[in-house]
Amino acid sequence: MTAKREPIWIARELSKCSGCRKCEIACSLFHEKRIWPEASRIRVFMLVPGLDFPHFCTQCEDYPCVEACPTKALSVSKETGAVLVDKDKCIGCGQCIDACPGRIPHMHPTENYVLICDLCKGNPQCVKVCREGGWNVLTKVVRKEQAYKLYARKPEEITRDLAIKIYGEQGEKLL
Amino acid sequence: MIPGYAGKFLEVDLFTKNIKETTFSDDILKDYIGGRGLAAKILWDRLGSKWSEIDPLEPENILLFLTGPLTGFFPGGRICVSGKSPQSNGVVGSTVAGEFGVELKCAGYDGIMVSGASEEPVYLFVKDSEVEIRKANHIWGEDAKQTISKITKESRELLRKRFPRKGEWKEPSILYIGPAGENKVRTAVVAAKWTHAAGYGGYGAVMGSKKLKAIAVKGTGPLPEVADMNSVKRLMQNVCKDVYESELWRRWGTGAAGYEVGAKTSSEPVRNWQEEWHDEKSFGVDQFENRVWIKPYWGDFGCPTTCLKIAVVKTGKFKGAITDNPDYELQAYLGPNLGIFTPEENVFLASLIDDLGLCGIQTGNVLGFAAELFQRGILTREDLDGLELSWGKAEAFATLARKIAFREGIGNLLAEGTYRAALKIGEMKKKDVLVYAVQSKGIAIGAHGIRSGKDYPETYSYACSVQGGDHTSTACFPLHDFRSELMMTFNDSAVYCYFNIFGVPRNLKFEFYKAVTGIELTQEEWLNPKALRILQLQRAMLLLGGPDLKWNPKTHDANPPRFYEPLPSGPYKGRTVDKADVEKEIANYYEAVGWDENGIPKTEVLRKLGLNDVDKALEKLH
Ligand code: SF4
Ligand code: SF4
Ligand code: SF4
Repeated sequence: MTAKREPIWIARELSKCSGCRKCEIACSLFHEKRIWPEASRIRVFMLVPGLDFPHFCTQCEDYPCVEACPTKALSVSKETGAVLVDKDKCIGCGQCIDACPGRIPHMHPTENYVLICDLCKGNPQCVKVCREGGWNVLTKVVRKEQAYKLYARKPEEITRDLAIKIYGEQGEKLL
Repeated sequence: MIPGYAGKFLEVDLFTKNIKETTFSDDILKDYIGGRGLAAKILWDRLGSKWSEIDPLEPENILLFLTGPLTGFFPGGRICVSGKSPQSNGVVGSTVAGEFGVELKCAGYDGIMVSGASEEPVYLFVKDSEVEIRKANHIWGEDAKQTISKITKESRELLRKRFPRKGEWKEPSILYIGPAGENKVRTAVVAAKWTHAAGYGGYGAVMGSKKLKAIAVKGTGPLPEVADMNSVKRLMQNVCKDVYESELWRRWGTGAAGYEVGAKTSSEPVRNWQEEWHDEKSFGVDQFENRVWIKPYWGDFGCPTTCLKIAVVKTGKFKGAITDNPDYELQAYLGPNLGIFTPEENVFLASLIDDLGLCGIQTGNVLGFAAELFQRGILTREDLDGLELSWGKAEAFATLARKIAFREGIGNLLAEGTYRAALKIGEMKKKDVLVYAVQSKGIAIGAHGIRSGKDYPETYSYACSVQGGDHTSTACFPLHDFRSELMMTFNDSAVYCYFNIFGVPRNLKFEFYKAVTGIELTQEEWLNPKALRILQLQRAMLLLGGPDLKWNPKTHDANPPRFYEPLPSGPYKGRTVDKADVEKEIANYYEAVGWDENGIPKTEVLRKLGLNDVDKALEKLH
């Protein structure tokens, strides 16, 4: 990868998500060499059918997860702004999960370390497949001084918002 | 072990509550692949010797949920549901889209086989190799939307408690039944999400007969190892690239057809097939797109097409109705077939059918059948519990659909499906009403007519199919045609969505099969012996039938009488099919697939395929 790396962000338009889960396939193939939805760093939740959305790290300006880690297993990549997990240092305590306003990190299904989006070294695989298919839920942008942390929200909270946007009044009954 | 398979199957007896793991030999998996093919093999081996005596709605029936080696790899995830069908008394491989099959393989299983029946309502909860039968009394009776919501919440709570440090749990994948399945309505589906349904076959009723409300699966492992991952990745990309080319197919899905199949090809059921033409622009795809579709794309695991849409009615009388497109079949059967031509009414009925766990095709067909009998004065208002079942009256059809799902009043009779209801009404009224039943061997015909000659099924397709009226399994020549049921059996046995083969080179699926399993398979080898062997098994069980009905090819390998009436309207007015021609075609088809002049698989053909026991069992039909 020769391209100049700069901090990036993945803009996300959740209500357009098709639920194709190609982002999960791409992410797990890239990081695990297998199709492995539960080991994907981006996970598509569908707590209510039709309200599918991708759930993944937003790189909070103050990185509460990094702060919370008792073993300093988490660090911030200077190049991309991503949270990097040191697998050997991580003890699987789950404190980063509790510190994350969106409870976004999750444990690897078979190993004892946490999974957080690493922005694929600046070349996000999920963005690529989402755009190839024209869904354009995910868009890579240059990271600026914006309130990205707003996007760290719990699956239930996002579902509630989408239910109202997509299903209107009826949405409340489905929750 | 063959790559691409998880390597084991779950076997659950709901009566003894015994749960065990089982395997099939590589030879069986090579011959029958998975899904529909393997279903035919399992059912024959386990139930074949007493097939005619087994009531599909009694505990002896085995309900199958089977993936295939390509599930999760070939874009567009599906699962195949099967068992002895309470519609045809044969075997239908009924597939439904969603993540269930993928999730199941990630949990380590290629399939689930359910036998026996529980006394209390239950649901099955699978978390990798931890499998439990859980009480479902609190969910029994709930509609689709409440069922999904309750099981999703309950499962996530359970997972959270058991694995407190995991983080947030994604929902499990769920297959479920609505009230119709619980009440053993023969037109009930096994459903996933909204409107995702294994409809043909009536397996919702089988699930209900076992008191099995749902299966929820969470698999945390990877999909199984494949023979050649680089090729799998390349082929996945090839499929997607080709599919991305078909912009309108993606944008409209089959949702453009509600207008076009009527207006252009003149092969859409209109008022119980009395016509097959309409030019109601109020039913155009633009109307759906601009008024009710709120998502441009909705799809399932790995799918490049994402042909579903999500439709919501936001104002007016039907406010609050939610469904997916509806797709063409539901547009047609819950639209023009009932004299309905607006998206809002259509979405309202599709949403209700979903909630009740009914099949839009089978139920739309029986509703249209009842409405025609009302039109003709054969069924009166009194017969219909006071309902004025006139064409176009969406609310009257909704009331009747509810009666069917709960088997109330006239609904109890119609809950038997068009064919069985026709027999009963015929007796009641001393009149042959089978002439108004548009079905083949107990299975209502999909919304693609044959009279105009402009649609894809051939004139003998439904008459000869081993899955009756199933429009996704049409008999046709040449046997390697992509519409032929022998070829469709590959999609349903390797188990993926066949909408993703449109525009993709023919042989790619076999290349894909090789990349996943490492096994070379040519189209010729697939057709004969493999697909042919599966076909003979399905044909044999269909003809053995029973216990309530049996099919005689001489009478039942036939089109519904309606298809011999000339089309009364439209650009192909006057067209029909010629009975003598159809009979000739049927005879040719018999010959091509190895059936004798009576439609029974020939001894030498069966023996060559290694199906000596099938031959023996069929002796009594000669
Ligand atoms: S690839 Fe895009 S559209 Fe598909 S599931 Fe992921 S975010 Fe949604
Ligand atoms: S979203 Fe969560 S995981 Fe990502 S930086 Fe913020 S706290 Fe950390
Ligand atoms: S950017 Fe890379 S690591 Fe992050 S979610 Fe996308 S594919 Fe996964």
